[in-house]
Amino acid sequence: MSETPLFAYTLRLADTSLVLGHRLSEWAARAPTLEEDIALGNLGLDLIGEARLFYDYAGKVEGQGRDEDALAYLRDDREYRNLLMVEQPNGDFAVTMARQFLYAAFAHPYYYALGNSKDATLAAIAAKAEKEMAYHLRHAGEWVIRLGDGTDESHLRTQAALDDLAIYIDEFFEVDAIDRALIEAGVAPDPAKVRAEFEASLAHVLDEATLTKPSVRHGQSGGKRGLHTEHLGHLLAVMQSLHRAHPGVTW
Amino acid sequence: MNISVREDPRIPRAHEAVRAVADPEIPVLTLGDLGVLRGIDIAPDGVLEVSITPTYSGCPAMKVMELDLQVALEAAGLPDARIRTVLAPAWTTDWMSAEGREKLRAYGIAPPVGKASRRALFGEETAPACPLCGSTRTVKISEFGSTACKAHWRCEDCLEPFDAFKCI
Repeated sequence: MSETPLFAYTLRLADTSLVLGHRLSEWAARAPTLEEDIALGNLGLDLIGEARLFYDYAGKVEGQGRDEDALAYLRDDREYRNLLMVEQPNGDFAVTMARQFLYAAFAHPYYYALGNSKDATLAAIAAKAEKEMAYHLRHAGEWVIRLGDGTDESHLRTQAALDDLAIYIDEFFEVDAIDRALIEAGVAPDPAKVRAEFEASLAHVLDEATLTKPSVRHGQSGGKRGLHTEHLGHLLAVMQSLHRAHPGVTW
Repeated sequence: MNISVREDPRIPRAHEAVRAVADPEIPVLTLGDLGVLRGIDIAPDGVLEVSITPTYSGCPAMKVMELDLQVALEAAGLPDARIRTVLAPAWTTDWMSAEGREKLRAYGIAPPVGKASRRALFGEETAPACPLCGSTRTVKISEFGSTACKAHWRCEDCLEPFDAFKCI
């Protein structure tokens, strides 16, 4: 049985939030300062909270009795639909902040637009997430400025992080048949309409950070179709191992 | 809403029962002060329903809030009440009562400053006054404090660090 566009779309939002939230949780007890450790944990908490709301709704839309745990813990990488950007490894602190900044610069205006969705549940989740993403964007933006305009070493590393991650930016704005159907139905926003706001955030922060916007000839995509980089499989193996070893476990 | 529902005797009893239920992480505030308690009503199936809304999507205190409300309702002889989570409209610090703000300050947490609005992303923000000495010479240490709803600040006069409620 083929899945509905609404289910597929909601799952993409859920997977993207969960994978990035999990990545941030990998920093717990490893961040450069105690304050940052707490901040990264809180950012992850926001994202995993958003993921739970999206999964809960996806399960209801699908109507096959799958709950948030079944959707998060019992699907393989080919079934995951997250954006490639968010599965990229944490790297050093500059990589994590560059990834967070790029994603939040997109997610913040995108959720603001999704807040006007004709789908009342997606609109409600997005209206909350938009407020949270504003904090993520401000927090990561401040770090990108600090690192870019910091020492020679921090500048070098932050520029390298942006250069490496830039190939995953175009996927934010990619529209396929699933997106198209929901855009036409007034459920999903057209990502092209938030590109200007994304570019404005980038221009503002990179300018202050004395960093250069990387130019990308060929963007990578495929995450929304389940075609991932090698990193997602490893992430899922760690994240899902407990639930797969003890099916249905609760505590 | 029809008149018989409005006059249901369970509603005033439930209001009385949940009035004192406190936030698990900031126990000086009631759920009412915080604006998390959204309504008490009789659902179409006749069940008493108490609605709450999360402050943040990932607020880990929601389950404890539900449990505390259930316990309070049960103690008031309303064991069959249902707790419902509503997402829209999204919670905002604008819903925090004036009394709640003062209780926060007295507890050592700077209350949210001003009105929530979609403010400039990278502009200067209004510094909260130090909840301990009242000075406005304060600096932000981190955008995130001990919980998702608070940021971490320090007072330049009395030198004490403090939590400040984020304005969302």
